[in-house]
Amino acid sequence: MHDEFKLLSGAMVTLALATSALVIVPFMQLNPVQPPAGLKPYTSAQLRGREVYIKNGCIYCHSQQPRDKSQAPDDQRGWGRAPVAADYYYDKPHLLGTMRTGPDLFNIGARQPSADWHLGHLFQPRAYTPGSIMPSYPFLFEVKDAAEPGDRVLTLPPGYTPGGKVVVARQEVLDLVTYLQGMDHTYPVLPEAKK
Amino acid sequence: MDTVTILLSSFVLSITGLFVFIWSLRKRLFDATSAAAYVIFSSGEVGRGEEPAANATQRAGMQKEAAGQGHPQLTVAEEATLQGELALRVEADQSSAFPTFVFLSCAIVWLIVGSLAGLTSSIKLHQPDWLTEQAWLTFGRLRSIHLNAVAYGWAPMASLGIATWLLPRLLKTPLIGGRFAVLGAMIWNAGLIAGLGCIGAGINDGMEWLEIPWQVGILLVVGGALVGLPLVYTLQARKVEHLYVSIWYMGAALFWFPILYFIGKLPMTHFGVEQATMNWWYGHNVLGLFYTPMALASVYYFLPKIIGRPVQSYNLSLLGFWTLAFFYGQVGGHHLIGGPVPGWLITLAIVQSIMMIVPVLSFSINQHLTMRGYFSLLKYSPTLRFIVLGGMMYTLSSLQGSVEALRSINTITHFTHFTVAHAHLGMYGFFTMVMFGSIYFVMPRVMSWEWPYPSLIAAHFWLVVAGFAIYFIGLSIGGWLQGMAMLDPNQPFMNSVAVTIPYLKARSIGGALMTLGHLTFAGHFIAMVLRNGPARTGAALLHVNGRNAAIATAAGA
Repeated sequence: MHDEFKLLSGAMVTLALATSALVIVPFMQLNPVQPPAGLKPYTSAQLRGREVYIKNGCIYCHSQQPRDKSQAPDDQRGWGRAPVAADYYYDKPHLLGTMRTGPDLFNIGARQPSADWHLGHLFQPRAYTPGSIMPSYPFLFEVKDAAEPGDRVLTLPPGYTPGGKVVVARQEVLDLVTYLQGMDHTYPVLPEAKK
Repeated sequence: MDTVTILLSSFVLSITGLFVFIWSLRKRLFDATSAAAYVIFSSGEVGRGEEPAANATQRAGMQKEAAGQGHPQLTVAEEATLQGELALRVEADQSSAFPTFVFLSCAIVWLIVGSLAGLTSSIKLHQPDWLTEQAWLTFGRLRSIHLNAVAYGWAPMASLGIATWLLPRLLKTPLIGGRFAVLGAMIWNAGLIAGLGCIGAGINDGMEWLEIPWQVGILLVVGGALVGLPLVYTLQARKVEHLYVSIWYMGAALFWFPILYFIGKLPMTHFGVEQATMNWWYGHNVLGLFYTPMALASVYYFLPKIIGRPVQSYNLSLLGFWTLAFFYGQVGGHHLIGGPVPGWLITLAIVQSIMMIVPVLSFSINQHLTMRGYFSLLKYSPTLRFIVLGGMMYTLSSLQGSVEALRSINTITHFTHFTVAHAHLGMYGFFTMVMFGSIYFVMPRVMSWEWPYPSLIAAHFWLVVAGFAIYFIGLSIGGWLQGMAMLDPNQPFMNSVAVTIPYLKARSIGGALMTLGHLTFAGHFIAMVLRNGPARTGAALLHVNGRNAAIATAAGA
């Protein structure tokens, strides 16, 4: 049983080291962080929109973490300053993302505040950005013969509306757009002490 | 808290810990010959390869090559002892046959599901208006179905099947508690089906690698724990003095995984950036502390077994194990370089990523030295081909990973398809190739039936090798160009998208070839299970004595 003991204890020690480095110490270090004054908690519509973002896997192509000027020209693309941990105070789960098949969305609300643009772009991205490889999301919309009272009708570029019909946004996509419009982290923060 | 202290102490602790373990193993570490390396052979068996996947011609060729290496002839008495021990091995094999069959059959199903989901996702990246009407078919969901089907279906089912089969052989005792493994497999698969259904329906926890809702994840934890029971029971009944290195790898991995998954899925604990560091602690460790050791355990068993020669340096293999255990666990932070995480964490991750060169080289050197003089066997043994190629891809992917963690390289490759290509080099080029080889070895023993169509094995091999070469080379170039375009402030963002299109198409072609290879493999598997195909030399297990006699004659001739 000598070998088994060594195996198990060794395996647990190494895992404990890794867990303290990547989970426990960050937990202790980041737990006292307070939200910046400029950051507002999500509204319930924004939270619902965030769920739609998670549901459809937006995170697999869009990051929410611009890199610092010294590392990459992210700020010149209008993606904003480098974030600090406090910017994510209200984020559960985190949506930092690891891919940029599409642009970073940390400040998409500041960069593109128009709901019309977002709705139309989600209905058909190539109507706004030629060459885009973002999927279209027809299942977030309804195509009707005529709008009913209370319907949010899309204003699409010429040639993209199905003949003689109207495209109406479902509640889900309205929430998603509310969330995207709220993605504005242009408020100032104190740079974190260099660690 | 002083972060430099944390950084330094973690690094120093790792190094000290490593030396303590090396010291504790010193007796065996510096022995000239290591008895433990011979555990996988019966007495007098060294010099005789075992390769159930080969056909008669291939086997004769292998025997000729191995005979050229000059192995001792056995006396009649020694031959009788060997045959006695081989009969016991047959018994051990039979004890694990059913659980192994259950695991491997599930693995094949998930391989096909994963391939189809992956291929469809790949095509969607250059045909974005294809199959958009159904929510579950949207890229973001289908891609996660691909990842989860592969990461929680194919990979664990294949490696747990192989582990279940290896346990009795490595401990020289019949498998104990196999029915717990079967029950565990059923619960696990039920959890996975529910989990994939949730992802398709849009219910997920929102983190890469941890999408399956935690409520469903409980099934995976329970199933996984049940699968671990036979390991504990069989270990207690072991009849060997030394634990072979494969047991070290498998044993540790089977303990590591449930802990990783449990901490990763703890609801209402993680928050914001801390959750991101936890996410990549999990994401990288599930690769490094579960799939990698499971595949390495297979290589360390099957490679020496097939060529009939113990591993060159047993001590090097143990050193590889402990360095992997100490360094791999802390590399996950390199997925967040440039992100809003504490600086010390990034530095630590980069340092440990570079330290990973130690276990990787100790494995690669060992594999090369063990294979030296035996490379010609690759012509004959289907298993060996997959496993040796897989081992080489392990070296490549790990060294590539170490380089990718460097800040200068990471700045280019992070956020691009380059990382996706790298991930597939590890999970496919290394892990999946090794599993293919292992399954080819194991199934004839499990089914007591030979692979009916050897040409399909060759077709499978060349399809996946060609497909994966196109996939990996194409996507790596595309990802690199994407990263360069993104770093150039004078180019609009859309350039970084446009530049990847031809390479994304290449990836779809490569992926299609791989999928074709998998369908060939699955078809062959089904044919074997249904006992189809031309009867060749008959059932492998039932004829084990007859064949060994034939080999002995061939070796004597």
